[in-house]
Amino acid sequence: MSDHLLSLTTFLPILGVLLLLFIPKDSKGVLRGVALAVTVVTFLVSLPILFGFQTNADFQFTENVPWIAAGPFAMHYNVGIDGISLWLVILTTFIMPLAVLSTWTAVEEKVKEYMICLLILETGMLGAFISLDLFLFYIFWEVMLIPMYFIIGIWGGKNKIYAAVKFFIYTMVGSLLMLVALIYLYFKGLNAGFTDFGLLQFFDLRLDPATQAWLFLAFALAFAIKVPMFPLHTWLPDAHTEAPTAGSVILAAILLKMGTYGYVRFALPLFPDAAHRFAPLIATLAVIGIIYAALVAMVQEDVKKLVAYSSVAHLGFVMLGIFAFNTQGITGGMLQMLNHGVSTGALFLIVGFIYERRHTRLITDFGGLSKQMPIFATVFMIVTLSSIGLPGTNGFVGEFLVLLGSFESSLRWWTVIASSGVILSAVYMLWMFQRVMFGELDNPKNQKLADLNAREIAIMVPLIALIFIMGVYPNPFIEKMDPAIQKLIARTKPVSMTAQQMPAMQGLPAGHPAMPGMSAPSAEQAAPAVANPNEVK
Amino acid sequence: MDMITIPAVSMTPILPEIFLSVLAMALLLINVFVPGSQKSYLGYISFVGVVVAAILVGSGWGAPVESFSGSVVQDNFATFFKMIFLVSAGLAILISDQYMEREECNHGELYPLILFTVVGMMLMAAGTDLMTIFLGLEVMSVSLYVLAGFNRANLKSNEAGLKYFLLGAFSTGFLLYGMALTYGATGTTRIAKIAAAAGQMTVPSANVMLVAGMLLMLTGFAFKIAAVPFHMWTPDVYEGAPTPMTAFMSAGPKAAGFAAALRVFLVALPTLQVEWSQLLWVLAVLTMTIGNITALRQDNIKRMLAYSSIAHAGYALVGFAAGNSTGTAGILFYMLSYAFMNIGAFAVIILIGKKGESNGNVMDFAGLGFRHPVLAVAMSVFLFSLAGMPPTAGFIGKFYLFSGAIQKGYIGLAVIGVLNSAASVYYYLRVMVYMYMKEPTEDFEWTEVSAPIALSLIISVAGSLIPGIVPSVILQYAEQAIKLI
Repeated sequence: MSDHLLSLTTFLPILGVLLLLFIPKDSKGVLRGVALAVTVVTFLVSLPILFGFQTNADFQFTENVPWIAAGPFAMHYNVGIDGISLWLVILTTFIMPLAVLSTWTAVEEKVKEYMICLLILETGMLGAFISLDLFLFYIFWEVMLIPMYFIIGIWGGKNKIYAAVKFFIYTMVGSLLMLVALIYLYFKGLNAGFTDFGLLQFFDLRLDPATQAWLFLAFALAFAIKVPMFPLHTWLPDAHTEAPTAGSVILAAILLKMGTYGYVRFALPLFPDAAHRFAPLIATLAVIGIIYAALVAMVQEDVKKLVAYSSVAHLGFVMLGIFAFNTQGITGGMLQMLNHGVSTGALFLIVGFIYERRHTRLITDFGGLSKQMPIFATVFMIVTLSSIGLPGTNGFVGEFLVLLGSFESSLRWWTVIASSGVILSAVYMLWMFQRVMFGELDNPKNQKLADLNAREIAIMVPLIALIFIMGVYPNPFIEKMDPAIQKLIARTKPVSMTAQQMPAMQGLPAGHPAMPGMSAPSAEQAAPAVANPNEVK
Repeated sequence: MDMITIPAVSMTPILPEIFLSVLAMALLLINVFVPGSQKSYLGYISFVGVVVAAILVGSGWGAPVESFSGSVVQDNFATFFKMIFLVSAGLAILISDQYMEREECNHGELYPLILFTVVGMMLMAAGTDLMTIFLGLEVMSVSLYVLAGFNRANLKSNEAGLKYFLLGAFSTGFLLYGMALTYGATGTTRIAKIAAAAGQMTVPSANVMLVAGMLLMLTGFAFKIAAVPFHMWTPDVYEGAPTPMTAFMSAGPKAAGFAAALRVFLVALPTLQVEWSQLLWVLAVLTMTIGNITALRQDNIKRMLAYSSIAHAGYALVGFAAGNSTGTAGILFYMLSYAFMNIGAFAVIILIGKKGESNGNVMDFAGLGFRHPVLAVAMSVFLFSLAGMPPTAGFIGKFYLFSGAIQKGYIGLAVIGVLNSAASVYYYLRVMVYMYMKEPTEDFEWTEVSAPIALSLIISVAGSLIPGIVPSVILQYAEQAIKLI
């Protein structure tokens, strides 16, 4: 059984779909209950993966079954996780029950199809995170688009069709170019004696810089659209705004992580020289994303669009951290991925709560809500502070590590500019919070609003708990990731690196020996000269 | 007096053709005695005949058997394509019954004509002599001209038949002229001997007659597979012909055109590969691009699928331009899966349509998603397969074709191919938008799904999904099929 734990976790939602097919579409309660049960069971099944994970750099829980063999091609059903994908899988199985729970009163029509779409989406996402075969990864990457497209297009807001089609085609163009690169890479591998699409062997294939550059660009394009990076981000505000609450939550919390995961798992280790060569470009786009998205978020009138742009800004930090190529940077980036999943997922849930009550998301329609809905105000405040990156919350640890790491790397000046993004995020989030929650409760429609009910509190409690746990004690999370990150850094060392430069890559002053696992307190010890850029207060 | 030596003739290679011809002629005779209300039985008999023919064809898998002095062969390549033809004919027969009843068209002769078309196509695939290929092409084409204009009461159908006839006859003239020039240059019409003769020329590409012959033959075949710029007949003929015949025409004859073209170009003219490869590169790009761009603007779903079939021929031309085993096997796989997904889509169109070919717009799909969920799911499978989304057969086919191009070094062609694929997603998604995201119109009546159409839908969905998830079997057959050419 434990041999197939990953496959079980991934395909359990499909079993749930088969179960749902037999339930009549009018028994909405039964449908919701079954869907919730399936997602909760999937989460419980994924927990043994977490607890059985050995803290080393190998891929664990691997399964390798020959799948397609014809002509020059051999594809395997090859799955496994390491420290990098472990937490993303857990994040997915954790967020899904919360997303399903949020649809209780939000979706009243076509409930059966909605639940089926959500479950198929979960399988697609999990499959993409665990694939170790390039072809299998591509299949899951594309399959994810279909249920998300339907979720946005059928249950979305006013402009849903435009948003859904834009999302689908935009993402697909990038992925198709990645397909060409993938096939080209495979044939290069065949020349080198490989026999299948398995990922691990390709890490040892060191192509010439020109080929690497093109392949990296093709992969990077597909992932950049998904992250999303400026200027390929324009699908995101539409998709997020028009999607129903559960769709937005899943899109923000998990789907966006696919892009950054793609960089860490594929683009960087497969093409390390090209990655270093294009690091300044990507860092520039990331920093522009941070600043630009923050500025645009400031002037938004729709709360959901504001949060959507804040996603772009947060993931800019992740990209900056990843392309620092050092321990703190990548650890910070990975941690920020998880943090963003938790806090932005929570933000979209909160926006969903208020939208269900008032059917509007315009900031001007609100004001003074904290008087009427104190629990809601508390929850909202905590999540806002997490999004800003207040010390004590999860956002701080990730952001700080990212800035620390990229400051120590060759991206120093980018970091300086990016740090101002931290201030900007505080500006737009706190200003939005003040306009919505504080002030006069003068709009009569707001004066009779109900506070959070038990179900909604039940959704938020795990997220709030995680915000504090990850903010105060992130070590368990970092520990499990660390060996895999170290291996990634080793793989992405450019061939021309000298011994002098290597310690700098580790985020330490030159001359210090490399330190293995680093948690936030010791990171502060290692670089005391760096002023803390996260002093928001 | 000298005895005329009659060469030893083995009937085995053409046994399926003989069987189908005899069956078709028998059906023509029976048709005279069958009353108008019971013409459907002819359809059932012909479907059974197609299944029997498929068994006959399948039993011929294995070592090649030549006959008729080497002008016909029964090899894996021919067998694979014959299966494609039989699949498309079988599905077309299944879906024509309900349509013809609705249009109140006397459809007794339809089934023999379909069978004759299949005979022609089979000869095209099995022919190893230019004359045999031409013979098969003519038998197929003449039957198709009649099938396109079958609905005599409908003006558009008449237009379709006449247009197809005129343009088809013209292009066949080009093809024949090309064959004549090739004969002039090499002294033979046997495909294997043409290859030998061309191989003996010092610079084959300098032989003007041979190159001109190749160009003209390419023109003739390009017309049949509806490649740009020889595609102008396709939208009007597809729109005007009765919908089941459009379905049949989009799958079978296209595959037959590719079969003959592959045999001629890969086996007879490999010495000119550099030249025709470049030509096909241009043809592929033009076909894909123009097919997709024009399809974006179509509202009539049959016209949209007509332009999309032009684009799909373009994707197959990518594999043809590559000319390596991956690309060619990709063409075989793609033609098979294309038959399933396209005829499946047309089956749904028949169910949506009303008498007199009304209800043929994309808008008429509105609301199908929740009124008839099973049908909408089937249509979605077909649309996703046509668009090339995993995990459907359409994706595997495109993957193989573009891989062939990349393996040959035509990266640019592959990139253009995938960009076209992405562009095509838009008009396939448009139908899905109407199905799932728009409310149905008030006067949405519904026709019952007859058993034959239901069967055809099940077969089509299986044929679109299963080769997408476990494609190894069919891919291995395809790879084996092209080993000898």
